[in-house]
Amino acid sequence: MTPALRVITPGLLTTIQDQGRPHAISSGVPPGGAMDRFAYFAANLLVWNDPSAATLECTMTGPRLVAERACVVAITGADLAPRINGQEAPMWTSIMLAEADELAFDGRRLGARAYVAVTGGIVGDRWLGSMSTNLMVGRGGMHGRALVAGDVIAAGEPLAEPPPGATLEDALRPDYADHALHAIPGPHPREALFGAAFRVSTDSNRMGYRLDGDPIEAPDAEILSFALVAGTVQVPPDGRPILLMADHQTAGGYPVAAVVVSASMPAAAQLAPGDDVRFAEISIERALAMRAAQRAGLDSLTISWM
Amino acid sequence: MPPQRSTVKVRIHPLGDTALLAELGTRLDTALNTRAIALAAALQKRRDVRRAVAGHGAVTVQFDPDQITHDALAAAIRRLARKRPPVEEPGRLHRIPVVYDGPDLEEVAQRTGLSPQRVIELHGRPIYRVFLVGFVPGWAHLGPLPEELVLPRRATPGTKVPAGSVAIAGPETGIYPLTSPGGWNLIGRTSVKLFLPDSDPPSLFRAGDRVKFFAAGE
Repeated sequence: MTPALRVITPGLLTTIQDQGRPHAISSGVPPGGAMDRFAYFAANLLVWNDPSAATLECTMTGPRLVAERACVVAITGADLAPRINGQEAPMWTSIMLAEADELAFDGRRLGARAYVAVTGGIVGDRWLGSMSTNLMVGRGGMHGRALVAGDVIAAGEPLAEPPPGATLEDALRPDYADHALHAIPGPHPREALFGAAFRVSTDSNRMGYRLDGDPIEAPDAEILSFALVAGTVQVPPDGRPILLMADHQTAGGYPVAAVVVSASMPAAAQLAPGDDVRFAEISIERALAMRAAQRAGLDSLTISWM
Repeated sequence: MPPQRSTVKVRIHPLGDTALLAELGTRLDTALNTRAIALAAALQKRRDVRRAVAGHGAVTVQFDPDQITHDALAAAIRRLARKRPPVEEPGRLHRIPVVYDGPDLEEVAQRTGLSPQRVIELHGRPIYRVFLVGFVPGWAHLGPLPEELVLPRRATPGTKVPAGSVAIAGPETGIYPLTSPGGWNLIGRTSVKLFLPDSDPPSLFRAGDRVKFFAAGE
């Protein structure tokens, strides 16, 4: 493990994230982890990392980073206009950084969260089996907090030196401009949810998004608390739906109107406050076909270096 | 003799394409919760199940759709739920000292028509069951509360309820593990730490444990 990147400016919110700690939900600890798992896995595969290695999740603005040594990186997910030494940098592609090269972002063009993988894997504090940063309890990643100026990000020793220029074909990259999230009606379905237009409110973060729009009628019945999953669309008494994301509360008793399918969670992860969003009903079969297509996209990266 | 079968009716709902909810019942009930915990434990042993977590009376199951379909897993759950649950070992007993000086104690007494002393006596009388741990780190749903103490949540939630606050709402009681917003009626406080970030698991209480409160001297 050696220093790989130094933080000049941290951006709005940049944290270390991996696959999270799903087993901890039985203690009430959010599963956490990268919000956009497709972009996260792709970033790791492009630099020949184990797909579960830790990465940086850069929100909305993106950091300014300087390479402490030569290393191969890949930038995936949201297009935050990445630049290397001032020159536009390709996304979804492995890039060689020389010592003292600067990786910076001009700002949001499409999506909300970009991922930066470093060959060898970013190394942060491990908590309950994961390096993911949990901001609520202040554990994991960079000492349980977002990056700040002056932080030095370490990475493991690469097993092999990946070639720069490996790329994910355009056709296999997610379409983050599509804000229709595919969902399956939940245990307490609300027909009005599908087809209604919503906007992601400013009261939104890695725990979940509050959605503004015409209120959805919520049933009055008390529901006993049960364990929740990311993608759940809850309808609290005020009728403003909440879409649960990676750092979601682990249990709750609000009606669950729908659950966003796994293949639409990357698109959900790329929504920012102010974005329009709607829900499109889908069958389980169709959802699994979309999931398989995304998997094939990631497999194309695995095969290219095996 | 054929194995004895009980008449638990399981309602199964998809939760997206990779999870489902198996609902055994919708009442706050210790026997139901025992069945939910046993079902979750049985499901967690399956290779096609990533995670099975019991709630009050339902089990949330995250599964690998490459290994099993929603329908096949639903059928397997119905078979498992027909089996009588194993006799549950009594959960660990936690004795929790409480200083009963919560900001809502007087109001709880007024709304229930009891004296504050009677509220304290009643709260400390039962051995509560930990139905589930969840919501926020270390939060445990405890119950059932004596009927005389059943009250709705506060109309206006507190924005900063201190960690360690002992509270009641509906048929449940609980302890705030972290300082956080909250709408439960605050009747006391304890110095016992419920969220243990340096332990694994990081929660003092586990589903199925038992909890007894007692009034502590200042």
